[in-house]
Amino acid sequence: MSPLLLADLTVFTLGLLVGFEVISKVPATLHTPLMSGANAIHGVVLVGVMLLAATISTPAGYALLTVAAFFAAMNVAGGYVVTDRMLAMFRSRS
Amino acid sequence: MSAFDTIVHLVYLACATAFVIGLHLMNAPATARRGNQVSAAGMGLAIVTTVVVLAEGGRINAYAAWALGLGTAGGAVAGLVAARRVRMTAMPQLVSLFNAVGGGAAALIALGEHPASTQAEVTGVLDVLIGALTFSGSLIASGKLAGRVPGRPIVVRYGRLISFGLAVVAAVMAVLVVGFDGGAPALWGAAAAALAAGVLLTLPIGGADMPVVISLLNACTGTAVAMAGFVLGSTPLIIAGALVGAAGAILTKLMADAMNRPIGAIIAGGYGTGDAVAVAAGSGSSSVREITADDAAIQLAYAGRVVIVPGYGLAAAQAQHEAVALAQALTERGVEVSYAIHPVAGRMPGHMNVLLAEANAPYEQLADLEESNPGFPRTDVALVIGANDVTNPAARRPGNPVSGMPILDVDRAKSVIVIKRSLGHGYAGIDNELYGDPRTAMLFADAKAGLGALLAGLSAYAK
Repeated sequence: MSPLLLADLTVFTLGLLVGFEVISKVPATLHTPLMSGANAIHGVVLVGVMLLAATISTPAGYALLTVAAFFAAMNVAGGYVVTDRMLAMFRSRS
Repeated sequence: MSAFDTIVHLVYLACATAFVIGLHLMNAPATARRGNQVSAAGMGLAIVTTVVVLAEGGRINAYAAWALGLGTAGGAVAGLVAARRVRMTAMPQLVSLFNAVGGGAAALIALGEHPASTQAEVTGVLDVLIGALTFSGSLIASGKLAGRVPGRPIVVRYGRLISFGLAVVAAVMAVLVVGFDGGAPALWGAAAAALAAGVLLTLPIGGADMPVVISLLNACTGTAVAMAGFVLGSTPLIIAGALVGAAGAILTKLMADAMNRPIGAIIAGGYGTGDAVAVAAGSGSSSVREITADDAAIQLAYAGRVVIVPGYGLAAAQAQHEAVALAQALTERGVEVSYAIHPVAGRMPGHMNVLLAEANAPYEQLADLEESNPGFPRTDVALVIGANDVTNPAARRPGNPVSGMPILDVDRAKSVIVIKRSLGHGYAGIDNELYGDPRTAMLFADAKAGLGALLAGLSAYAK
């Protein structure tokens, strides 16, 4: 295993553990916004699509890139907005 | 590492920190909205930074830049429109759709990238397999939730055999990619097998199991995004993917526990019809007591403490506004009202809370299973609206389909009123012993109509 892979694997494992720790404290009341908010976070895949764009130079590649960018942008933009809409409805008694 | 690279790396680290803090703030309704905003700010920063990286490197060619720009703009508009328009009852299918496109994008990254090392080949294959599976699986799940695909379990002939065949194809393609430099054709082959498998695995899963399935698919997308991060050597993708993977895994476990069903059995499918079959009132159970809406209204009006137990029937009838109106009318009379919400009420984890919040129920009144159960013995009336199996006391005994399932202790309240269309069975397919309890009275009506009649009775007879 290369040092790079080991470093990535370390980050991944610690990310999982932090995720378990933080998310297990979220109350059941908020599970739908949590899932939707987590969904928005994996919209970071848009960053990956952007990095991929730098390596692409064929017509088929451009087509793939357009579809990937469409998917990722829909995920990230829609995810955050819909989560915000839901959370804005959670009001206190006062 | 140049100074520029170092700064970029540190900024990405700050973005990942924002994701974690954002999720942390989600642990209370009062701070959750700010949490989502912190997370969104981190995302914005990550995207802007990546634009700077692309511009600085100067490696992206004009066509690629246009493809990226157009795709992003189109996707953002589509996402925003869907997010602004969606009704809260339709939330599960939209979340599922966003999950699908996220997984699809992750799979496309590995399909577009030429792997430079064995590490990139291995993670690339994993990315393609998981991402393509979640893409098609989430689309089917979304279609089922939206009613475009039948919610009942669809059993495909020789489904298991075909699934096994697809798994073999996927494994062969994976070996070709990693061991024999199979490259793009083998990767696309793996993607095709995973797409088909996603459809085949989701079709047989019934409506009742949807909360578990969409949690599981959410975890898969997280993992696929992390794998894309491995392929590209991009830390923010790895961290965000791991966080989402953890969130999905936790929710999957919570939902499966709340339904008392092993995850393996859920994936095998064939359980839950998507909608309870309406059986004529009076059949199924021997002696139940019926109550008129007016009598029920008076009983509620003169109670000290009422707990509302909303279930799938309330969500299906979209009666959340009527339920909250009734709760408000009772609160104004000085009755102490709260809602007892089972984890699987609704069609995705926590869905019932969102529906009630939309109808302006204050979140202090929304109580989960653990908070609610100790309160039932001092509750005068438990008002069960369209909930069935999750209130069945038979769960406390071994030897029946709901044994061991965590239930709401509705039968421990001093009296119970159940609004339900009929004595039809829930997903578990057995009689609910609660309905035969002498302290239980049945109000046979659709949730919306029944609550309307209760409200009318309340204003007419309980001035």
